[in-house]
Amino acid sequence: MAEMTVEQLADAMYEMIKEAKGMKKYKATDLQKAMAERFGADKQTCKQAIRLLMDSGRCIYTYFGGSYIEIPPDQPPAP
Amino acid sequence: MAEGKKYVTPKLDELEKGPWPSFVKEIKAAAQKSPMAAALLGQLEQSYDEKIGHWKHGGIVGVVGYGGGVIGRYSDLGDKYPEVAHFHTIRINQPAGWFYTTEALRGLCDIWEEHGSGLTNMHGSTGDIIFLGTTTDQLEKVFSKLTALGFDLGGSGSDVRTPSCCNGMARCEWACYDTMKVCYNLTMAFQDEIHRPAFPYKFKMKMAGCPNDCVAAIARADLSIIGTWKDEIQQDDEMIKKFADEGLDIQRQIVSRCPTRCMDWDGKKLTINNENCVKCMFCINSMPRALAPGKERGAMVLLGAKAPIVQGAQLSSVLIPFIDLEDEESWNDLKQLLENIWEVWCEEGKNRERVGEFALRVGFGNFLEAIGLEPRPEMVAYPRDNPYVFYQTAKKE
Ligand code: HEM
Ligand code: HEM
Ligand code: SF4
Ligand code: SF4
Repeated sequence: MAEMTVEQLADAMYEMIKEAKGMKKYKATDLQKAMAERFGADKQTCKQAIRLLMDSGRCIYTYFGGSYIEIPPDQPPAP
Repeated sequence: MAEGKKYVTPKLDELEKGPWPSFVKEIKAAAQKSPMAAALLGQLEQSYDEKIGHWKHGGIVGVVGYGGGVIGRYSDLGDKYPEVAHFHTIRINQPAGWFYTTEALRGLCDIWEEHGSGLTNMHGSTGDIIFLGTTTDQLEKVFSKLTALGFDLGGSGSDVRTPSCCNGMARCEWACYDTMKVCYNLTMAFQDEIHRPAFPYKFKMKMAGCPNDCVAAIARADLSIIGTWKDEIQQDDEMIKKFADEGLDIQRQIVSRCPTRCMDWDGKKLTINNENCVKCMFCINSMPRALAPGKERGAMVLLGAKAPIVQGAQLSSVLIPFIDLEDEESWNDLKQLLENIWEVWCEEGKNRERVGEFALRVGFGNFLEAIGLEPRPEMVAYPRDNPYVFYQTAKKE
């Protein structure tokens, strides 16, 4: 398999998060493990992909007893 | 800023009495300028009346790109106290050893009076500068002003927490290695791990310059680096004699209190059997200038302390009995060790399982093997006790 670029990995992660939205929350390690399994992606590239998702604002970190990566809500969060 | 609404707070007022510092007095002073601090007094008094806390926490707050540094706090009485409906905490990476210029302190206070409650906690038990109480819309403004002042956010959530150290070399003759240098270097080396949470749970690192452990690393840090020495306690017999002449009962107050009974006093000369010294610091603390840590100084690296949150409290146990931390090689060893620990823990650790709990669950022996360390007798979990090497009485033929 051709090596995935950071952008492609970020897209794959985004899809995974989107599909699970409302049902399951992922942590950084969940995403990284899934990418390693599906595409043989290495840790460093996964880190860069997550960074890309964050810096572009497509994803945000949330905290619920642990740190998760999610798609920002349409509405600002009700506390 | 305008003065906030005034609340009648008889219960809080009780806490202004007495000669000690009072947080109520400080919050009242802040309330002169900050409606947020004023409302905090109102909500707090109500909590004391009802014996119910009114804070909720967690959720979705932060600055773009970072997963740590901001801790979401909300009041469940937002209608009654709208000024504290949002009351987020910001953690700011403190300078190693907590040294500031007054200019930097003024800068921090100015930012916080403009964009937050004005209330700070210098410093939190994580070591960070803590800004208490602001709203979501102020976060990016605070962040950009902080960076302009040369500060950065600290850690929170499942990441490397802001490393923290005692101010050893700067002020303290017991320091066995440069805690501030190691703290700074670790902070800079692991910026990504501090700002982008990628672990099963938090990971704290604390550096103490000697076994006195002024930052309580052994009880609070997932990775504790504690100064120690290899050779003999430095001894100045003239000074010891002076202590004795001035009335210190060396036999009763020092020798008989040494935990391993490795000292001897014949009325004139103190003899220490250094091979049996466990470096508890007791005699050294009791006779400053007469005794001091040895000359061959370095540090011990320990793993696994934590306070009781999901499971009970745990003290850390020894991973590396002695590391120099002055040369490039030992520094690289330490960084590699951390990478190995995180690798194994991220792979196998459960959600919200601290690394010490993880090591306990899989067995410390298996954990050592996974991170590539050989068990050694010096890796004690408690004084004179180690979980890896077992001694058997030789069988007679
Ligand atoms: C159910 C409610 C709460 C729980 C269970 C809780 C728990 C904790 C824990 C476990 C820590 C240590 C975190 C760490 O170092 O990793 C902590 C720190 C802290 N919490 Fe809370 N907390 C609660 C509510 C609040 C509220 C309402 C506020 C403020 C309005 C607050 C302010 C802080 C601050 C400032 C720290 C950092 C203190 C320091 O680093 O010394 N907490 N909290
Ligand atoms: C009657 C009320 C309170 C009592 C008895 C109390 C007691 C304490 C105690 C015993 C500690 C531990 C100190 C230490 O580690 O040495 C502590 C820490 C702390 N308290 Fe309070 N507290 C009170 C109210 C508050 C309020 C109203 C706030 C914030 C608005 C607050 C914020 C903190 C923070 C941020 C810490 C962590 C400080 C640190 O570890 O350095 N406390 N408190
Ligand atoms: S831990 Fe040791 S070196 Fe550091 S300040 Fe305390 S006594 Fe000094
Ligand atoms: S440091 Fe502690 S164990 Fe060592 S000689 Fe002094 S009192 Fe004894």
